[in-house]
Amino acid sequence: MRTLLLICSILLVSLPAQAVIESRTFTDPAQEERYKALINELRCLVCQNQNLADSNADLAKDLREQTFNMLVGGASDAEIVDYMVSRYGDFVLYRPPFKSTTLPLWIGPFVLLGLGVLGLIIVIRRRNRTQGAAMSDVERDQVRRLLDQED
Amino acid sequence: MSAKTRFVIPIVVFAVLVVFLGIGLTLDPRKVPSPFIDKPAPAFSLPALHDGKVSLSPGDFSGRVWLLNVWASWCVACRAEHEVLKELARENIAPIIGLNYKDRPTDAKNWLRQLGDPYQASAVDADGKAGIDWGVYGVPETFVIDQQGIVRYKHIGPITAEELHDKIIPLVKTLKENKA
Repeated sequence: MRTLLLICSILLVSLPAQAVIESRTFTDPAQEERYKALINELRCLVCQNQNLADSNADLAKDLREQTFNMLVGGASDAEIVDYMVSRYGDFVLYRPPFKSTTLPLWIGPFVLLGLGVLGLIIVIRRRNRTQGAAMSDVERDQVRRLLDQED
Repeated sequence: MSAKTRFVIPIVVFAVLVVFLGIGLTLDPRKVPSPFIDKPAPAFSLPALHDGKVSLSPGDFSGRVWLLNVWASWCVACRAEHEVLKELARENIAPIIGLNYKDRPTDAKNWLRQLGDPYQASAVDADGKAGIDWGVYGVPETFVIDQQGIVRYKHIGPITAEELHDKIIPLVKTLKENKA
């Protein structure tokens, strides 16, 4: 009973620790959805494999604040994304735009997949051909003789 | 498949891998290319560290080649860079303007008093807003701006003595000659 009580009280204490991201009050639920979507799409530049929503870095906090202020100030999603990209480059986007410099990034995997499939087709075709011509007439006679002996 | 191609294919695949991984080794993912290169320097208007009544802005230095160095007293790498900046200041080829990023003015002043002050002036960016406008994400960062107010170079992280002599000083000299 006492341990249970202890565990419960510890769990109570740990609640604020989970609230890494500061709470924001939105008057409009749609705005909150947009805020969440934006901070999930934007990359934190300090801890590069986290987005703004996950990161506890100082800069991420500032950029969340900036996103929030712009949203509440009536900026569109595109305006906020442009604001970030004009300062930090395409790198802030988890989904980089499709343009000449990012072309290999977008089509590279498909090109590699295509090459792989092509290679596979060539290998399989070649194997089928060699299998078809695997036995010469002499060999076929030998096989027949061997099979006859079994009977 | 002939025996020859059977040997050649893995070697080719290996060679391609080596080339790609080799290129990967020379890249630093922490160094994100700045979108400001060859673009006008972002504006700010901030109080000077030593005299809060004086306001500093990039426009004050138009017509000159100058450097903007983002620093803070809490930044350990800035301490490593400080001697290099002092060396650059001694060269006396271009003014170094500090952007004191998210720092306490008293800490910043103490820091400069203890270590020496290579800056012609430092602008106080208490809330980091100017830092965001300049795309700062890792202090220290250094920008080289030309006479027309165009950002020509950005260095992320502390400048080492080699980088100062091999890159920064030659660049500043070339930019200054371009005008003449």
